[in-house]
Amino acid sequence: MTAAMQELSALDRSIINRLQDGIPVCAAPYAELAAELGTDETTLLQRLRALKGAGYLSRIGPMYNVERMGGAFTLAALRVPEARFDEVAGIVNAFPEVAHNYRRDHAFNMWFVVAVADAEAMDSVLSRIKAATGLEVYNFPKQEEFYLRLKFDV
Amino acid sequence: MKMHPLKLDDRDRALVALIQKGLPLVPRPYAELGRRIGMAEDEVMQRMDKLRLSGAIKRFGVIVRHRELGYRANAMVVWDVPEAEIAELGNCLARYPFITLCYRRPRRLPHWPYNLFTMIHGQSRAAVCGKLAQVIGECGLDDIPHEILFSRRRFKQCGARYCTAGETVEPARTHEEATA
Repeated sequence: MTAAMQELSALDRSIINRLQDGIPVCAAPYAELAAELGTDETTLLQRLRALKGAGYLSRIGPMYNVERMGGAFTLAALRVPEARFDEVAGIVNAFPEVAHNYRRDHAFNMWFVVAVADAEAMDSVLSRIKAATGLEVYNFPKQEEFYLRLKFDV
Repeated sequence: MKMHPLKLDDRDRALVALIQKGLPLVPRPYAELGRRIGMAEDEVMQRMDKLRLSGAIKRFGVIVRHRELGYRANAMVVWDVPEAEIAELGNCLARYPFITLCYRRPRRLPHWPYNLFTMIHGQSRAAVCGKLAQVIGECGLDDIPHEILFSRRRFKQCGARYCTAGETVEPARTHEEATA
């Protein structure tokens, strides 16, 4: 357990763990979750606001199966000359289809996820990134999934 | 495994775009969502159920920031595995709790010989390296070429239309930070 986690109360931890499993679809989901966690709705909402304010939680939201909705996503990488790194990062991040972008220590130093609502648009987005940066875009689509963790216990 | 895309109408799409921003922290959150897009609470809940049961939404829950929770080191570890061994090694690596993602992806020769991608999260780079040594020993990976790519900076997190489960690495946000 990290130091940050040790600072959380037992209630906060149980909230984070339970609410990662999912929020029910019913008129008063927080009241239902609060009853399950042995607290009340007002306290639960207040703790969620506090945890969000402290930066531990980003939000309550969906993880979409993009393919199921007709879209697609992929992992792509660039080999960016060091002197151009910030400039290229600006270009890549300006694409609304780019979801996450990480700098990594390697010749392949920029790694990002591209998500499109229409699967057929993927090639065109990658081509536009290539054209805009003047760099080869290496596409690493998932071919087989051995494991993906959806939950992060605290 | 490929499923036919679900048919979404305009009202589904409006809801999909709205919930991406987060479920409101109020006692009747689905009523509040409906108020913003001119939809009754019942209709919001019916459409949410449809999106979840059909698998369009894999998970609808709280999304944590693992970095803020103390997992500051995030490494992509990539392996050059013979095709005949990839399933066995992939399944071995998938068993460790600190490995948050394990996918087969294409090589891009000559520059990129690696075809198995894993993400390891830890409290520090040293902790990640220790975990890596553990799996190399326990899964018998001594002869498998690999590289470790630590993240140095996160430039953009989930600014796109969809936060996707599965390409990144925030463990659970794993998915936002994650890495893809």
